[in-house]
Amino acid sequence: MTVRLNILAGGALALSVLAFGIPSPGAEPRVHEIVIDKLAFGPAPEALHVNNTVEWVNADIFRHTVTATNGSFDVDLPAGAKGRTILKRASVVDYFCRFHPGMKGRLEVAP
Amino acid sequence: MFRFGTWLFVSILCFAAASAMAQGHKPPTDAQIADIAYTAGQIDIEQAIDALKKAHNKAVHSYAEEMIRDHLAVNNKILTLLDKLNVEMEDNDTSKTMYQEAHLKRDELRALSGTAFDKAYAENEVAYHEAVNGALESTLIPSAQNPQLKSLLETGLKLFKEHLKHAEHLVDELK
Repeated sequence: MTVRLNILAGGALALSVLAFGIPSPGAEPRVHEIVIDKLAFGPAPEALHVNNTVEWVNADIFRHTVTATNGSFDVDLPAGAKGRTILKRASVVDYFCRFHPGMKGRLEVAP
Repeated sequence: MFRFGTWLFVSILCFAAASAMAQGHKPPTDAQIADIAYTAGQIDIEQAIDALKKAHNKAVHSYAEEMIRDHLAVNNKILTLLDKLNVEMEDNDTSKTMYQEAHLKRDELRALSGTAFDKAYAENEVAYHEAVNGALESTLIPSAQNPQLKSLLETGLKLFKEHLKHAEHLVDELK
C-alpha cells in the first residue's frame, strides 16, 4: 500500500548536471517504491517520468516477478527481495507476475 | 481412466469437506482446519516433487517449482501461527481421506511419462486447485474462529486461485 517517494537530491545531481549539462525536460531522477504484498502489486505512483526508477519491494511470503508484457523488463523477486527498473522511455507499460498471472499492474511514464 | 480418476478425487474431496461439516452437525475446529489446509498444501508439494523428476516440458517443471515454493511458504506460516497460538494440528477424517486419495492419484500419474505425464499433471492441478478452493470457500474459511487463521486461509485461497489460473494456462499450452 505504501508508496514512498524518495528524491535523490544533492551532490550527485548537481555533479551530473555539471558534467553532462542539463538533463532533458522533466527528467529529474527519483526513486518510487512499489510494495508487493498478499499476492498484489501496490498502487502505481502518479507522475512517473523518464529517468525515474521504480524500486519493487517484495514484502510477501511468496516469490514473484514483475514482468512487462512488452518485454521491456523482467525482475525476479524472491520473498523479501528488492529490485529496480529504470524508466527509460515515455510509455504505458502493463506488467504481471509470471508465477501468479492474476497479479497485474500498469506504469504510465510521462516524458 | 485418468479423467474418471480426477473427478473421483475431486468429488471425494468435496464430499470429505462437506461430511466433516455434517458430522454431528459440528463445523471443523481451528485445529482441524489448520490440519486440512496444511495437508492440502503438502499434497501439492509431494505431487510437485514427483513432477520435478518426471516433467518433460520446461513450463511444467517451472510450475512444479512454484508449487513447492508457494505451498511451503503457506505451510510454514501455518506452523508459525499454531506455535504462536499454542495449538496442535488435529488429525481428522477429511485430511486422512484427502491424503489417501492423493496417494492413489500419485500412483496413477507415476505410471505415465513424457508429454502424457505433463498433460495429466497439469489437468490434475486444475482439478485439485478447484476442489481445494471450493473447500476453502464453502467450509474452511467460514468455520475458522481465530482471525489470524482466517486471514491466512484467505491468503491461501488467493494463492490457490492464482495457481488455478496458472495451471489452466499450462493445460492450454500443452494442447
